[in-house]
Amino acid sequence: MTFKPWHAGLLAAGLLTLVASGATAQTLRVGLQEDPDLLDPDLARSFVGRIVFAGLCDKLVDLGPDLEFVPQLAMEWSWSADNKALTMKLRQGATFHDGEPFNAEAVKFNIERSLNLPGSTRRSEIAAVTSVDVVDPYTVRLNLSQPFAPLLAALSDRAGMMISPKAAREAGQDFSRNPVCSGPYKLTERVAQDRIVLEKFPQHWNAAAYPIQKVIYLPIPDTTVRLANLQSGGLDIIERTAPADLPTVRSDSSLKLEQATSLGYQGITLNLANGPKSETPLGKDPKVREAFELALDRTIINQVGFEGEHTVGNQPVAPSNPYYDKNAPVPERDLERAKKLMAEAGHGRVKVELMAPNSPDNLRVAEVIQALAGEAGFDVSVNATEFASGLDRQTRGDFEAFLIGWSGRADPDGNIHNFISCKGGLNDGKYCDAEVDQHLNAARTTTDTAARKAEYAKAADLYLAARQRIYLYHQNWFWAMTSKLKGFKPHPDGMIRLENVSLGK
Amino acid sequence: MLAYMARRLAVSIPTLLLISMMVFSLQLLLPGDPALAIAGEERSPEVLAAIREMYHLNDPVPVQYWHWLTGVLSGDMGQSIRSRMPVTELIMTKLPVTLQLATMAMIIALAIGIPAGIVSAVRKGTAWDVGANVVALSGISIPNFWLGIMLIMLVSVQWGLLPASGYASPLEDLSRNLQTMIMPAFVLGTGIAAIMMRHTRSAMLSSLRADYVRTARAKGLSERVVVLRHALRNALIPVVTLGTLQLGELLSGAVLTEQIFTIPGFGKLVVDAVFNRDYAVVQGVVLFTGTAFILMNLLADMLYFLLNPRLRA
Repeated sequence: MTFKPWHAGLLAAGLLTLVASGATAQTLRVGLQEDPDLLDPDLARSFVGRIVFAGLCDKLVDLGPDLEFVPQLAMEWSWSADNKALTMKLRQGATFHDGEPFNAEAVKFNIERSLNLPGSTRRSEIAAVTSVDVVDPYTVRLNLSQPFAPLLAALSDRAGMMISPKAAREAGQDFSRNPVCSGPYKLTERVAQDRIVLEKFPQHWNAAAYPIQKVIYLPIPDTTVRLANLQSGGLDIIERTAPADLPTVRSDSSLKLEQATSLGYQGITLNLANGPKSETPLGKDPKVREAFELALDRTIINQVGFEGEHTVGNQPVAPSNPYYDKNAPVPERDLERAKKLMAEAGHGRVKVELMAPNSPDNLRVAEVIQALAGEAGFDVSVNATEFASGLDRQTRGDFEAFLIGWSGRADPDGNIHNFISCKGGLNDGKYCDAEVDQHLNAARTTTDTAARKAEYAKAADLYLAARQRIYLYHQNWFWAMTSKLKGFKPHPDGMIRLENVSLGK
Repeated sequence: MLAYMARRLAVSIPTLLLISMMVFSLQLLLPGDPALAIAGEERSPEVLAAIREMYHLNDPVPVQYWHWLTGVLSGDMGQSIRSRMPVTELIMTKLPVTLQLATMAMIIALAIGIPAGIVSAVRKGTAWDVGANVVALSGISIPNFWLGIMLIMLVSVQWGLLPASGYASPLEDLSRNLQTMIMPAFVLGTGIAAIMMRHTRSAMLSSLRADYVRTARAKGLSERVVVLRHALRNALIPVVTLGTLQLGELLSGAVLTEQIFTIPGFGKLVVDAVFNRDYAVVQGVVLFTGTAFILMNLLADMLYFLLNPRLRA
């Protein structure tokens, strides 16, 4: 604090001896927003964990940049005529990190583990699977109780990640501490809250496509500190760069930016029928809900909340998604009509309690909503709550409106069915329309994309008009990285795929 | 002596029990279902039920407490819900990190605070004194998180001298360890340095006015010897006492500093555990800290006992 010239000299001398050479060129250091939870695909629960899995565990099917399914451990697949069986031809020559071979028996073991492991978070995603037949050593058939098109999307995520049956049997519940998969990298070290270190697995079937030798994932929750680490050379790539930091990244010639629109959505969940808190004009009167939506200006919300860097939207999937219903475009703000509807509804000024997670950007969004809706006759009170408490209140029905989103799934079913169908496990507002359910179920039973789109469009006509949720925007993933990093391909699922990624000079 | 120790220890046990019960009930008052916090996005009713089953969350609270207590008595503090690591192992890996941070911060605090205090006392009323006071006041008033971010921006981003955050074990890479720890230790140390400076200054001022200093000067000793050997030695006694008291302060300050610099220490362990509703970890950490404090107090009492014969009567 009392800084004298000799202090500076001492500091400089000390620093010179301290500053060691940077990491070698083949080591990639990745800045994550959180520390992942359990590294067991069947027990994992966090988005951030999937980023690590992308290097650690190969899946049966992978997802391309345009959301198309591409082969990974399964080379090809086909549905039976009645859509009740999925047959997959498997890759030959793939090996698990412990040297065990990957084959049809391993797939059978993995699917059965996902279905039966106590506490499995995958069971609900593939619950339609009743049995797995080993047709030959490299062919499996998944038999379903009923047609279930979203299965392929589930197999392109954690349910499709293959772990070594031998290692899993030996480790039991402790598998997550030493996961053995078949991905291009294997786990060498994990220090909780500090780092996860992966090293290249030379026996991987596609090892030549992975020039990086070592990957270190470092959880750094503060976005400013994460970016500072990238700028100072302590990291090579960071995920979820904050929109407010993007001008810094763009103006720094040693950095570059990649982005993709996420599979998820952000919006307001409304309580339509979950307990006494739904007994409000907003919960019970569709006209009031319509007025509320018309009072909002999504572009302004995006601008104030996120410097205009996210993508505005009005459906469970983003406008760029193949399943977006183009006949229901993002509505413009219409204050006059909103006021007219409010007058017709005849409730006078309507009080709305908007619950919002207590992060600065969410609260900014909530305040914009408060101001915009205020002009149409709503008195919005913003109730900032800590995230876990908010989820709890939402599940119990202790909310009127909740500003919350969903990280998204590759298949639209993962963004819609569980949230909107009458018995959906995440339908916290308890919206229920039997006709919507029919369309959503029909979309599950056919594998024909055009037919599915038609069913989703019919459902959307109904649930968008009912305004069980007001979808506001879709987050964009922003990856900031050193300009030396080559070969990174942005994907809508937010993962960092390491194929062909390298560090130049 | 033995009887005294036994009595003290006997008193500690109900205290610890009380602490653990309080923490257990406080956690239950925290809004938010732990199963929901654990499940995150995968919060389908089926998953929630499985989690509640797995972690005995369906049992009545006294039963949950009993499960935990019997575990602790047999040396098992349970498992972290989030990482499935044994709580004991987590505490043992995180504690040395925070102790290193606190020790380095204390060294920095002493190295800055004491010389600054001496200078401002000796040069009382001069620009040196005013300057040191202003700096000390800012040291107390500037919040850790702000100073931390500013240092990261300046030292790491602008000058590129030190890593912006992170941690390396001293056993693996000592140089990297010091690189990552010096900035957080400085941030943590400055607040304490300011307090040290203020106390050194006032203690020095009163010693400089004492009779023995006048005598020393009358003997014709050089000002340097008078200040450093006669005045400072006596002035340091209260400062050292204060320093040990500040150790507790350092540990709580470490919570915030570890968050900013992403140092995987004790503070970060607690904060993350509270946010993740990782009850077993929160319980374990509180019990551990409580025990450590009680043992330290016991040790201090025993030292008094040994040093002061009048207590033994």
